[in-house]
Amino acid sequence: MCTVCGCGDAKLEDHHHHDHGHHHHHGHGHHHHDHGDIHFGHGPAGVEVPGMSQERLIEIETDILAKNDRYADENRAALAGLGCFAINLVSSPGSGKTTLLCKTIDALGNAPLAVIEGDQQTANDADRIRATGAPAIQVNTGKGCHLDGHMVGHAMEHLNLATGSFLFIENVGNLVCPASFDLGEDCKVAILSVTEGEDKPLKYPDMFTAARVAILNKIDLAPHCDVDLDLYEENLRRVNPTIEILRVSARTGEGMDQWIGWLTARLAAKSEPRAAE
Amino acid sequence: MHEMSLCEGIRSVIENATDRPVTKVRVEIGRFAGVEKDALSFAFDVVMRGSVAENAELIMIDLPGRALCYDCMKEVEIDNRLDPCPDCGGGKLMPQGGDEMRIKDLEVE
Repeated sequence: MCTVCGCGDAKLEDHHHHDHGHHHHHGHGHHHHDHGDIHFGHGPAGVEVPGMSQERLIEIETDILAKNDRYADENRAALAGLGCFAINLVSSPGSGKTTLLCKTIDALGNAPLAVIEGDQQTANDADRIRATGAPAIQVNTGKGCHLDGHMVGHAMEHLNLATGSFLFIENVGNLVCPASFDLGEDCKVAILSVTEGEDKPLKYPDMFTAARVAILNKIDLAPHCDVDLDLYEENLRRVNPTIEILRVSARTGEGMDQWIGWLTARLAAKSEPRAAE
Repeated sequence: MHEMSLCEGIRSVIENATDRPVTKVRVEIGRFAGVEKDALSFAFDVVMRGSVAENAELIMIDLPGRALCYDCMKEVEIDNRLDPCPDCGGGKLMPQGGDEMRIKDLEVE
């Protein structure tokens, strides 16, 4: 047995071999120990390391995403200073985010707005947005599965946001990771198309819990898909009892008035304190 | 899926905290943090290569999931996101904590 860590498969061990190398796979996380993630830290002090002198223990107590959160806070402050309302659009790929966004831009008419498009590759979506006349910047995340606060901060610098404008951030199509990364937005809006299945909110609860609004999109297809729109709503409310739900078809325009009304009311509420100054 | 990014965050915190070789890294992960522990452990080994925490052991401490039940309006502890309220059996629960992802402390040589 290895006397350093106590792991078991050290038939060839002797002290000559043991000085430096630890040739029997120490480097890989000491995986057989099953160093329970259960018993540590449950004592009153929160730290239990028998025999450990304090010089060798460095208290950190920092959120893993603290760096992202700092960037997000900077973005949030910049947006507040400009009285801009920022929406982080999240969904699985193919839910119709970009189409909804193009129709939203049309419906908002002359309202000042800008768009940040996140995808792993291609500038297709930014091109589609620019075709509507709105300023858009594409952020390609490469291998990344989500936008982060740093990427959005850079994109904002390029956009020269006008006072009192909307900022739409179309996140990477992914129902998992974007839920964890604050971008500095005012709220997340989750788009769920009726072709995806009523149990999507139950399968990916984190995203729908993080969203303030869910847009149930492509409702014009509902009669062709044997789906139960009420069940969609029931499942959304199960994972997020306070979520606001809008039934929309970006293609036919059904429900768009409500969505546009929601957006303009939120922007007005955010820029009002500025107007009163 | 974003465990690699999380480990990059851990690496940058460690590198700011010490330049001594790190032997253990303790992190607290809430039940609802959306972190896959096996993936985090795998990503940790990869991302720490070439850093002071290369070969460090990652110790993950579970934090409980807390949620507000919208049926009985009590705050309860649940193990899984879709569990019913242990008090009233209600099914509408909003997480109130348990999404923590914190680096607690390090042990160094």
